[in-house]
Amino acid sequence: MTAKVVTVTSGKGGVGKTTATANLAAALAAEGSKVVCIDADIGLRNLDVVLGLENRIVYDIVDIVEGRCRLRQAMIRDKRLPELYLIPAAQTRDKSAISPSDMIRLCDDLRTDYDWIMIDSPAGIERGFRNAIAPADTVIVVTNPEVSAVRDADRIIGLIEAEEKGPAKLIVNRLRVDMVRRGDMLAIEDILELLAVDLIGIIPEDELVVMSTNRGVPVSIDGKSRAGQAFRNISRRLKGEEVPFMNLEEHGGIFGRLSRLIRPGGN
Amino acid sequence: MASNVQIKGIREGLLVTLRGDEWSEMRHSLLEQISQQADFLRGGKLAIDVENQALSAAELSSLRNEISDNGISLWAVLGNSPKTILAAQSLGLATKLAKPMTERVQPQPETHTFEGDGAILVKRTLRSGYKLQYNGHVVVIGDVNPGAEIIAGGDVVVWGRLRGVVHAGAEGNEGAVICALDLSPTQLRIAGKIALAPQRRGKPQPEIARIKNDQVVAETWNPKEK
Repeated sequence: MTAKVVTVTSGKGGVGKTTATANLAAALAAEGSKVVCIDADIGLRNLDVVLGLENRIVYDIVDIVEGRCRLRQAMIRDKRLPELYLIPAAQTRDKSAISPSDMIRLCDDLRTDYDWIMIDSPAGIERGFRNAIAPADTVIVVTNPEVSAVRDADRIIGLIEAEEKGPAKLIVNRLRVDMVRRGDMLAIEDILELLAVDLIGIIPEDELVVMSTNRGVPVSIDGKSRAGQAFRNISRRLKGEEVPFMNLEEHGGIFGRLSRLIRPGGN
Repeated sequence: MASNVQIKGIREGLLVTLRGDEWSEMRHSLLEQISQQADFLRGGKLAIDVENQALSAAELSSLRNEISDNGISLWAVLGNSPKTILAAQSLGLATKLAKPMTERVQPQPETHTFEGDGAILVKRTLRSGYKLQYNGHVVVIGDVNPGAEIIAGGDVVVWGRLRGVVHAGAEGNEGAVICALDLSPTQLRIAGKIALAPQRRGKPQPEIARIKNDQVVAETWNPKEK
């Protein structure tokens, strides 16, 4: 096995990097791949919380790099998905505790035994970001349909290209079709026209995401959620499958238009 | 010629001048120097001057990573090759040291040597945060996105959408022009004049902006007119 290293990044904070990392990792593991998640957001760890593994942390990534534990000792195995592992970030140190070459070494040690290594990048463009993209084979940029998030995504895509890690793939998270229809939110076409990268997925706004994050159960392993379905589609696209984009318009055709007249903005 | 490393202290930290013919040797002697004095240098800020070496972004990025392994941060790369300067700017590194005040008051005539004849061609989209500075003309084949900035001593031509900030004739040349296939900038500057773009009506058309009657004016390109 030779694992593919996928780094999820964004520039701006709060757009859903950690949620995307957790959900893609869970979706890949649920389909039978062996997956390791690495939380590269040292000092502000939270991938463990989203995955519901917080209470099982003993060692973290800085312990591995500084030789206080073996690599396998720091890996937490998810109980629901037996082939999903997490290497948590340290909470008490900062980003300078590890370097880009530490990350490359760590991923090279993992490559032979797993299919996917998913790295959750911190926000920003400094050391932590460079640590996160150094070992990456593929970089996924997450953005929201907002001008500020798209601006930061543009900046980060430029840096990824400069580091020769491109072309980046784009996830547009928290899209609200009703707002786009009213012209109150950036449409996918506007975002792609500016960023000029490949779109790998669109995640609709879904309150189940917040609920599942709080419970520590990734929404992609819950069958009902539309956001979960969108994440599962992205995980299949990562594996090279051709998956058509979901139809986010719930009300199609003449009845849809009628019901929109009756309930404007209803989704 | 053997490679040669000179380190001197400057206001912003340390400036290392690298001389040599082979980049791999120069890089090796720099890293050797750094690891020998790692304890002394740790936490420091480093600027390097690579003189005439033409380096790619990947070469600079790997050097920056190795330097940061020693706890030192690389913040600026100086050099004479436009390739090196573009590569450093694309990584967000500085390419000039702050000039002392006295030099700013009296601009040196030799800094204008490029003006009027030199030009660089940039064949990609300039994304947010990218700042391109050049004494001569700048030609971009690609877009200039919002948040990107071009500062040129001469003219600026964009074969694509111009949505960022462009300053042409930055050293005072009022005859400089800015052209783009779609001229929708955040802000335009020619010499000392500043203009904001009006809201676009209808389909974008190629336009050229220049100073007329002391104002920056943009006109649609008309092939019939000469």
